Amino acid sequence: MKEWNRLGQNRAARMDRAASLARGKLVAPGDTGALLARVIEPGDRVCIEGNNQKQADFLAKALAALDPADVRDLHIVQSVLALPSHLDVFEKGVASKLDFSFSGPQAARLARLLSSGQLRIGAIHTYLELFGRYFTDLTPRVSLVCAAAADRNGNLYTGGNTEDTPVIVEATAFRRGIVIAQVNEIVDTVPRVDIPGDWVDFVVQSPKPHYIEPLFTRDPAQISEIQVLMAMMAIKGIYAEYGVKRLNHGIGFDTAAIELLLPTYAESLGMRGRIATHWALNPHPALIPAIEAGFVESVHSFGSELGMEGYIRARPDVFFTGPDGSMRSNRALSQTAGLYACDMFIGSTLQIDLAGNSSTATLGRIAGFGGAPNMGSDARGRRHGTEPWLRAGREAGQDGFRGRKLVVQMVETFREHMAPAFVDRLDAWELAEQANLDLPPVMIYGDDVTHILTEEGIANLLLCRTPEEREQAIRGVAGYTPVGLARDKRAVENLRDRGVIRRPADIGIDPKLATRDLLAAKSMKDLVRASGGLYDPPAKFRSW
Amino acid sequence: MERLEYEFDGGAPVAPRNRPTLTGVLGSGNLEVLVEPADLGGRVRVEVQTAAVGFGAIWQAVLSDVFARWQVGDIRVSINDAGATPAVVALRLDQALSDHTGGGA
Repeated sequence: MKEWNRLGQNRAARMDRAASLARGKLVAPGDTGALLARVIEPGDRVCIEGNNQKQADFLAKALAALDPADVRDLHIVQSVLALPSHLDVFEKGVASKLDFSFSGPQAARLARLLSSGQLRIGAIHTYLELFGRYFTDLTPRVSLVCAAAADRNGNLYTGGNTEDTPVIVEATAFRRGIVIAQVNEIVDTVPRVDIPGDWVDFVVQSPKPHYIEPLFTRDPAQISEIQVLMAMMAIKGIYAEYGVKRLNHGIGFDTAAIELLLPTYAESLGMRGRIATHWALNPHPALIPAIEAGFVESVHSFGSELGMEGYIRARPDVFFTGPDGSMRSNRALSQTAGLYACDMFIGSTLQIDLAGNSSTATLGRIAGFGGAPNMGSDARGRRHGTEPWLRAGREAGQDGFRGRKLVVQMVETFREHMAPAFVDRLDAWELAEQANLDLPPVMIYGDDVTHILTEEGIANLLLCRTPEEREQAIRGVAGYTPVGLARDKRAVENLRDRGVIRRPADIGIDPKLATRDLLAAKSMKDLVRASGGLYDPPAKFRSW
Repeated sequence: MERLEYEFDGGAPVAPRNRPTLTGVLGSGNLEVLVEPADLGGRVRVEVQTAAVGFGAIWQAVLSDVFARWQVGDIRVSINDAGATPAVVALRLDQALSDHTGGGA
């Protein structure tokens, strides 16, 4: 007779082995290693909750401290590798295979471990793609998650940084897996229930509060005049032009400059209420002046941001908050909003090739790409019309049949140390060969990119009708890089006449007026002031 | 450090009584530009002192575009550069020439 509940029986055996370590669901911090050794079996798929920000750091360290004689060959399925312990598991031989999305802080070490054969990479995913696989072929057997607080029944309160927790727990708990949570404190009653207790098997109070990274804070003092110029071009040449209301911004100074120009430059163009009203965005401090100026109607977030808690709590009409007043973020749902319900993604990159393919992969670093490939792609399943989406579709020659998402790559032609942002061949190709990846880690495919914006101009790729035109449109905004200098000047002037390339002067912008005086906040202190004292920046961003 | 020198055919000579003007600051990724009148037979002479070595061809391209835009002559331009990108160089030169001549290109 066929056995239909092997997963349940296996789960019961694991729970039996661990039973003597727990009182109810609570396990003493000192017993964490023993708990992991008893519930994890060799070859398991394990998810360590590694978000962009909130990290299950105590459980990650405990996992890395296990003896590979007991636990080995784990397959780690984890969105973000942010901490050294996330790679220690491979160096120690506890784990051997990895499927992930983003590894920015650990990118160089990941590349070294891969080349020394200490780990194999299944694939580098976008967030939604990895989450999708949690519910198909990469369901975790054991998940180590992270929350702000738990009660004795295992109900979890995640705080503002809910991030990936709901997705991880749902995939694991409903397939008879085991969920272990580290929490900062055990309380009688949690402020709100983010994860129901009967989905959680064990709770460990971490000796130290979990690590959290202020990843989205950019000090306005570091925004350059060129970034102000490019922000003016974006606002007048794209946001106002298409009437973009629903959008996502990538992380960085380029987009922070746009956020800080909304209450000043965009206001002077009469754009309040007409652009940038609904956002899929982490609570960037740089958005405070625009919110205060009445530009922003709503913000749904992937995660939260350190220091923004008090401000968010005081602006419930703008942010998604629980009955307790604190933010409820959710990476999977905000990514879905970014994919299907935003008309534009705009963000920076490191390299763009002649077809418009864009990549942040550079030699010796395997960084992955998080959410950008998802937000920065046309959702071909989308079926609702909005003016910017329909207009982009018309420009692409899809008259009335389907629209297009605006996907804007915004780069200064040279990065720091005179590294050109435009290249004949992406480093991603060489990286794919070195790391034996199935495909080069391209962040945004050229056929999804609609506009490239540099200090030299805006190239509207929707209007290009041949690959040759597209190449000249890209060269035509590539400045003094080798790619830009090799332009066909006549072809570029022709594209300019047709409005495919638009210089600052063509959209009525005088570069000499691009000064830092246009920034609604010029320093962290200005942001605090704009928030009425509600924003409380982390110490590293304070100079006072 | 690298020292580069360029000369361009000028346009209309700037008034010799214009005072020397200094624009910009020598911070990382930035540059300072000194513009002064000089009797150069209508030409423009540019001296670049730069922290980034090996970008002579890019300087040539940026400067030719700037002086094609600004038809000025009889000036000496001295640039002290701390690794500014071409975009910053062009912007700063536009500001410097505007400051010096009291007008736009």
